[in-house]
Amino acid sequence: MGLLLKVAGILSITVFSPLIGVAAILLVRAFAERGDPRAARATRWIALATTLATLALSVLMVARFDSGQSGFQFNENAVWFSGLHYRLGVDGVSILFVLLTAFLMPLCILASWKAITVRVIEYMIAFLVLESLVIGVFCALDLMVFYLFFEFQLLPMFLIIGVWGGKNRVYAAFKFFLYTLLGSVLMLAAILAMIVIARTSSIPALMAYKFAPGVQTWLWLAFFSSFAVKMPMWPFHTWLPDAHVEAPTAGSVILAGILLKMGGYGFMRFSLPMFPAASLQFTPLIFALSTIAIIYTSLVAFRQTDFKKLIAYSSVAHMGFVTLGIFSGNLQGEQGALFQMLSHGVISGALFLCVGVVYDRMHTREIAFYGGLATRMPIYAAVFMLFTMGNVGLPGTSGFVGEILSLTGTYGAATWPAILAATGVILSAVYALNVYRNVTFGPLTNPALAAIADLDRRELLLFFPLIVATLWLGFQPGLVFHVTDASLTHLVGAYRAAIGR
Amino acid sequence: MTPQLIVTLLVFAPLLGALAAGLFGRRIGDAASMTVTTGLLFVSCALAWMAFGQVIWGGWPSRFTVELAPFIDVGRFRSTWSVRVDSLSAVMMVVVTTVSAIVHLYSWGYMTKDPHKPRFFAYLSLFTFSMLALVTAADFMQLFFGWEGVGLASYLLIGFWYHKPSANAAAVKAFVVNRVGDVGFALGIMTVFWAFGTIRFAEIFPQVPSHAHLVWRFAGQTLPLMDLACVLLFIGAMGKSAQFFLHTWLPDAMEGPTPVSALIHAATMVTAGVYMVCLLSPMFEFAPTAKAVVTIIGAVTALFAATVGLAQNDIKRVVAYSTCSQLGYMFFAAGVGAYQAAMFHLFTHAFFKALLFLGAGSVIEGMHHEQDMRKMGALWKLLPVTYAVMMIGTLSITGVGLPGLDLGFSGFYSKDAIIDAAFAAGRANAVSYFAFVAGLLAAGLTAFYSWRLMFMTFHGHAKWGHAEEAHAADDRHASAAQIETHDEPLAEGDHDAKPKESPWVMLWPLILLSVGAVAAGGVFMELFVGWERGAFWRGVLSTLSSEHILGQMESLPAWVVWGPLTVTAFGLFAAWWGYVAHEGMGARIAARRGPLWLFLYNKWFFDEVYDFVFVRGAKALGDLFWKGGDKALIDGLGPDGVAAVSWAMGKGASRLQSGYVYHYAFVMLLGIAGLLSYALWAFS
Repeated sequence: MGLLLKVAGILSITVFSPLIGVAAILLVRAFAERGDPRAARATRWIALATTLATLALSVLMVARFDSGQSGFQFNENAVWFSGLHYRLGVDGVSILFVLLTAFLMPLCILASWKAITVRVIEYMIAFLVLESLVIGVFCALDLMVFYLFFEFQLLPMFLIIGVWGGKNRVYAAFKFFLYTLLGSVLMLAAILAMIVIARTSSIPALMAYKFAPGVQTWLWLAFFSSFAVKMPMWPFHTWLPDAHVEAPTAGSVILAGILLKMGGYGFMRFSLPMFPAASLQFTPLIFALSTIAIIYTSLVAFRQTDFKKLIAYSSVAHMGFVTLGIFSGNLQGEQGALFQMLSHGVISGALFLCVGVVYDRMHTREIAFYGGLATRMPIYAAVFMLFTMGNVGLPGTSGFVGEILSLTGTYGAATWPAILAATGVILSAVYALNVYRNVTFGPLTNPALAAIADLDRRELLLFFPLIVATLWLGFQPGLVFHVTDASLTHLVGAYRAAIGR
Repeated sequence: MTPQLIVTLLVFAPLLGALAAGLFGRRIGDAASMTVTTGLLFVSCALAWMAFGQVIWGGWPSRFTVELAPFIDVGRFRSTWSVRVDSLSAVMMVVVTTVSAIVHLYSWGYMTKDPHKPRFFAYLSLFTFSMLALVTAADFMQLFFGWEGVGLASYLLIGFWYHKPSANAAAVKAFVVNRVGDVGFALGIMTVFWAFGTIRFAEIFPQVPSHAHLVWRFAGQTLPLMDLACVLLFIGAMGKSAQFFLHTWLPDAMEGPTPVSALIHAATMVTAGVYMVCLLSPMFEFAPTAKAVVTIIGAVTALFAATVGLAQNDIKRVVAYSTCSQLGYMFFAAGVGAYQAAMFHLFTHAFFKALLFLGAGSVIEGMHHEQDMRKMGALWKLLPVTYAVMMIGTLSITGVGLPGLDLGFSGFYSKDAIIDAAFAAGRANAVSYFAFVAGLLAAGLTAFYSWRLMFMTFHGHAKWGHAEEAHAADDRHASAAQIETHDEPLAEGDHDAKPKESPWVMLWPLILLSVGAVAAGGVFMELFVGWERGAFWRGVLSTLSSEHILGQMESLPAWVVWGPLTVTAFGLFAAWWGYVAHEGMGARIAARRGPLWLFLYNKWFFDEVYDFVFVRGAKALGDLFWKGGDKALIDGLGPDGVAAVSWAMGKGASRLQSGYVYHYAFVMLLGIAGLLSYALWAFS
């Protein structure tokens, strides 16, 4: 291991480690006959082993991370071709996203174990490639490298929705693809402009570069168009419910758990440090869109009849707290936003798995179909209750910490958005407890549910790490703050200095 | 054992029990789950009394905080998991663990036939832990943790019989209404944080006097800082303690098993709001407007809930409205500045109200799960022990005692102290006079509905033995939730069977509580509000205005001192006249359905109005945003609209739309390559 690290650097190894699994799966495919069930089984095991190895690598990375430093660590820099650099590095803002990705991926593979039966090989390849690209996004320290990772992860996700999705998958896949592509085209233009103006594509260098205020406005808007779609912020959110509803369970987990976080990460990595003046200028816009998102989508979630769509809308509402926190420009807000993203990755992932559990059994997401599940599935009821409470932001779960801190940060910046956003705390209780009641409580009347089975071992194994993470982070959020503190303090300090506060 | 270890054990013992019963309940069985939770609760209770004695009478330092681990630690926003011990938390720990231990024991009998005993006991213990975390918090975040934790336990226990739709609805309602209060609470915490730069009580309180005259920008207004912060925090208290406007969840919460109503919805959780105001008394003392708000809301609640209690027929609902009303008393006591009197009433109320609830549970059990008082009557011979303890509870809540001799039941000391304090404070501000009058009136109403309950249940003619056609018609005007409360599940459905006294495992807890209901007031009066109060509270509660108020209590006019007893006697007489001497008069008044009766019977129509405005409003808005906003506007003008337009335009070029993903990917790659080349060119 030590030797390997000397040769390539831990970041590159982590980023590309899933591709080793892809190579192995391709080998299996080359030698196995088409439709051989043994090939599918081997593929699953390879994918699981690969994602676990990547997880081990990222745990190692976090363990070796020096949380006292605010700058980038494990830096790698190589000339790629003609002036373009391949630069990687992580700081307190990005490293936990790498960990989150590596943490969720093995769960996604496990969640797909039985649910995916067609084209297993291609499915697993898509997931592993996706993992590699996503980790790449969070490690990239060069604009072009970032852009390539950022853009290319659209493809595997597009395929996951479009090939292994539900009935309306093609519509949803294209909506997802076009929406995000449209946003990022503008970002690409901005990236090119930045390279031309600053004559560098290095992210650390650009963070120190001072763009003229007028230029900042345009660059900010271009990046905003991409990140706002990704988050997604109101009113660019309508692709999300469709994408979630059609995506297979694991696709939803990764979409809500990680892909949405790229928007928030982008705001933190680019908008705030590189365009501080424009960020300040557009803060009212962000606050307005975020509070609308929280109230509007919570109310919409309340009216959903589709289990999965409800969770999807609730994701949009929760992302509203993230954008509020980021643009509050104080430490509580930034920590809250970052924490909320990590926490939401765990909790929303778990909630989509909860939907998946009953969907796998009954093949319907209609809330009215269910009811009284607690009678037949007491363990499921308990697990679902825990994550519902996490979603509602009950103290003791990770959901609370992010919410209260981002709200506190927002209050420090402006009181109106904090007051309005705080009503989201009521609304989340309304829709989350309502769907919980309708699915799990009440008399079990539907005869189709009479023999529904409780969680099996694989599913328990799947939920266990998520339960631990939700509670552990809920009681000891310091685990996160410890890692992120130096970088975020620096970020806030630099931002406030730039806007003169 | 060190004091630090003892108080830590005290707080965590119930959690241990909850985890054992909750996680392993099925494996270890019912008996083991019940034994471990109840046993640990009694351990906790013993330790709490020990801590109380040590803190008040020596041995331990009078205030100390055990810091266990960091919780949220971001910049100056620092919170620590801790156990804060002082007279205030010692009182609360004693109340919580005592009532909880008794309720655990009582539940052995009450829940005998329930198939989910481990879950029930786990929830009860989890509640107790959350409540202890709440009362021992040293900063706002742990306070909020406990606050929401008891809310969770309350939600789980109200909906304990999850197959009952009405119970689920009540559980969700309780959680959501509490959340409304919590929004105020959370905003209050944020205000405090940004104004004081900390959320720790010990760091905030010394700064308060210097912040007293600051103003604060909030929601576009410039407001006095302390008033704003305290009113926001008080909104949280209103939710948890079911005060006027946010009270609607409490009566519905009676859907839960009766031991739960006694523990959570009478003795402990609902008093958390009062505790919070008292804990923050160093802040409230510098917020005159907030104090006036607390006084008015408390006084209005005391009166309002008492009027609704007059017309209810469900035995538990009567007691529930009575709780609501008594909480109002505590709040206006705190509002006028007599925090000591508020805490004293909280203390005695815990005993007699838990007693009344558990007594009502014993009646319900004895009546084979009948809760409608109109179907009871003449039970005193058949349920002699229950009758005796209920009588004690009623004497206590109505505040029977002789002011001249200073001798009476627990409620006498604490309630009279509150009414007297309001009068004494009234010399300085008129709002207190309003509270005094409301409190006096409510005392009369309390006597009426309490004795009405006693007479309808235990005296008069037996109505049980008859068929039930009589009340089916009566219920047309009740709300749906009310009808569904009439029986708890597991009813044997045999209303004709003879009522029977409850087993001793239920009666012993009642007897224990009646000792508190008789004696807690007399024994502890001097400590809480009397001449020993200084040595008892040791400055934990603000004494800025209370010293003045409590000091005057010895020299009040006779009509004020004798007032409460007089109106109580009047209420008793009226109840006797209407329900014993002229039995059936209540039913005749109800049958006439006069507007006043309908207004009271339907609880001032709060539920109907809230349902119309908020529930239907949210549904309508949700539909509008979803179908009008997302589908029609955003998708219509956005992706679908664009798609339709480009579909029309692209018909000619349709061959390019191959539908294969890799074609698109290829085109995208080409695009990227082109842009990349441009960048390279521009770069070099």
